[in-house]
Amino acid sequence: MRRFVFLVPLALSLIIGTFSVWGLLNDRNPSEIPSALINRSIPKFDLSPLPGLRTPGFSRDDLLNLKKVSVINFFASWCLPCRAEHQSLIKLSQNNEIVLAGINYKDINKDALDWLTDLGNPYTYVGNDFSGRTGIDWGITGVPETFIVNRDGKVVHRFSGPLVGVKFKEFKELLTQELR
Amino acid sequence: MIPELGQFSLVLALLIAIAQSTLPIIGVTRENTIWINSAKYLALLQFFLVLIAFMALMRSYIVSDFTVTNVVNNSHSKKPLLYKIVGTWGNHEGSILLWVLILVSFGGALSLFGSNIPTRLRARVLSVQGWICVGFISFMLFTSNPFERTFPPPLNGNDLNPLLQDIGLAIHPPLLYVGYVGFSIVFSFAVAALMEGEVSSAWARWVRPWILIAWTSLSAGIALGAWWAYYELGWGGWWFWDPVENVSFMPWLVGTALLHSAIVTEKRGAFKAWTVLLAILTFSLSLLGTFIVRSGLLTSVHSFAVDPERGIYILILLAVSIGGSLLLFAYRAPSLESGGLFSPISRESGLLLNNLFLTTAAAIVLFGTLYPLFLEGITGEKISVGPPFFNISFTPIGLLLGSTMAIGPYLKWNRADLAGVLSRIKFLIFISLGVSLFVWYLKSSGPAFAIIGVGVSFWLFTSTFFEWMDRVRLFNKNYFNIFKRIKSQPRSANGMTIAHLGMSFIILGVVGSSAWKEEVISFVEKGSQLEVAGFLVTFEGVTIHQGPNYNSEKATLKVEKEGKFLENLYPERRLYLATGTSTTESAIRQSLAGDLYVTISEPANNKFKGKWVLRLIYEPLVNFIWLGASFLALGGIISITDRRYKIGRTFKYRRTKPINKVVGLDNF
Repeated sequence: MRRFVFLVPLALSLIIGTFSVWGLLNDRNPSEIPSALINRSIPKFDLSPLPGLRTPGFSRDDLLNLKKVSVINFFASWCLPCRAEHQSLIKLSQNNEIVLAGINYKDINKDALDWLTDLGNPYTYVGNDFSGRTGIDWGITGVPETFIVNRDGKVVHRFSGPLVGVKFKEFKELLTQELR
Repeated sequence: MIPELGQFSLVLALLIAIAQSTLPIIGVTRENTIWINSAKYLALLQFFLVLIAFMALMRSYIVSDFTVTNVVNNSHSKKPLLYKIVGTWGNHEGSILLWVLILVSFGGALSLFGSNIPTRLRARVLSVQGWICVGFISFMLFTSNPFERTFPPPLNGNDLNPLLQDIGLAIHPPLLYVGYVGFSIVFSFAVAALMEGEVSSAWARWVRPWILIAWTSLSAGIALGAWWAYYELGWGGWWFWDPVENVSFMPWLVGTALLHSAIVTEKRGAFKAWTVLLAILTFSLSLLGTFIVRSGLLTSVHSFAVDPERGIYILILLAVSIGGSLLLFAYRAPSLESGGLFSPISRESGLLLNNLFLTTAAAIVLFGTLYPLFLEGITGEKISVGPPFFNISFTPIGLLLGSTMAIGPYLKWNRADLAGVLSRIKFLIFISLGVSLFVWYLKSSGPAFAIIGVGVSFWLFTSTFFEWMDRVRLFNKNYFNIFKRIKSQPRSANGMTIAHLGMSFIILGVVGSSAWKEEVISFVEKGSQLEVAGFLVTFEGVTIHQGPNYNSEKATLKVEKEGKFLENLYPERRLYLATGTSTTESAIRQSLAGDLYVTISEPANNKFKGKWVLRLIYEPLVNFIWLGASFLALGGIISITDRRYKIGRTFKYRRTKPINKVVGLDNF
């Protein structure tokens, strides 16, 4: 029995070693932390439209009633990467099978209006999240951040950072899968 | 030509390491004196070869030799000379070379200064050291060669990460590495003892100076890292429980346990297997740290360029060294005699308790650090474990350790009178409680642990001081020979007192700066005023300056308190031209009561163009951390010079008395 006690350190180091081997060999990115919302129903919110903009605001129920695949995009005029992904969103808005909804995050009203006038408005709905409260409920870590929500109102994918290049391609593939 | 010379000596060093790892140990079994003695010379030769390689790389940095890939990636011709020199180890390849240089320095030092150690044991120790050298030199040559050339050479380099262009880079990594790598020789001693199947009091005494050297450097290295993060990164904190910080902290915790358990092995011949295990674990945790930092296994703010191939190589090294030594431990340790019976209340028990606390603390840190990996491996879920977990789980055990370590030095070996001790110092308990209550009265807003923490700090300080005072009879009538009485104490006893006082300062600093920190952030323009902790700070505008390889915007801040002008502070925002990254240079008004810490940055929003973001932080008592850490290091240094280790005086001594026969007990 006493001899076994002396094997404990070896056993513990073997366990740590096994996990390390797994951690190394597996193709994974430890700094990417997925959204806690994946496979959960979207959080409650009811956002007013941007004052001065024709596009309506929207709420959780609005999205659920549509029974369509929707893309929720958090954006702000003060965010440079949002400008970079704007062309991708414009392209996306030509697809009638999906609903593209924007949430204007912690932005100044006039700036947001100027932004949408200058660059074009790809969104079917634009909600005004001036306080950032809805952003907290969605658990965003920054802008831009984009969620794909399925027909049942469940979050299926989250993308943080601008949807450009390879990332946009990956995004489109996942979206097509969802539409099937 | 010079880089090739470096490369060549590195290859030679590998060959010598292979010889060093085999010849002496075969010599021991075959009773071949020449082979046994070869260990000493091979280790010295090894040291010079790696030194040549290191100098060759440093030279490439100094002359900005852009044919060397490593220099291209991490240097720039306009970089100040100091950072060209220390930039040698500001990258993965160079830092591994520094690691190996320190590794072979320890081997060389054991050859030169270890002549009081029996030649057979020393040959074994150096052989084990040789295995580690083989592992790391081959790692360098096969996966991270610092001397790789590039063609055609570019006109200029990519420059060193600006955050590293600081005096901290000159001292923090070398000290930390002396700590990490210093434990390699302790590890080698442990493995050699297991091979011989014998751990004696003398063994514990031979290994002790090496433990002290490594522990002292590691303590200083960690503290310097915290201090560097504090003033350079500009976030106003000094510790974030980041994986890379944790992996330096774990060897420190286990190393501290080792430092104490080795005393019991030395004085009482007990805790043998435990001391050997701690020696193996301390270095294993250092290796684990190297692995985690360089493999990208966990996410961290500190990182090297990550390469899975390197990760695999280090993992194999780890498996061989840690797995092998623990297997040997499992095989041999049960037969180590455990001598020295002691009663439940004795210094032995006190040190056992200390060891329990320290290893539990280390286990908590290890678990918290690796938990994200475990969880992801089992459930696929990804999380990150941050300061809240560590603060909650570590604080109680830290405070418990702090309050019990005050009593330890009062206890006698074998059988102690706890009730007697407590009745002698119970007034200190009451005063400390009073201090806690007084702090509560002053700062009713702070968290409970802070109020207890200040009491623990005060209790540790006073009881440590009281014990020392008693020992040197501070108030003896014979005032004039007080220094003589202090000097007549064993150096290691004085060292212990200083280090324990240092711990009380560290507790005070940690508690003060984390519990009662005050912070103000605001947009400012010329003339704006902000107030924090009674300081009135006026923003007097920004001027533009030019450094050697950066441009800087320097703010002038007037600091006043109660209407009186104190001083001007000049925080900076620097833009490094080659990398295009900017750094925050904080400005600090230091005082023992607390630091006023200021930083500036550009607003993220264009709307506020022309304004600046000014951040003022008041960090109470933070300087006690650095003061305490210097006490720890000072205590360590004083202990190293204790006469019974006879460092540097061994040559003369040995001719008259073969020391390996003397296994007596010293008066402690």
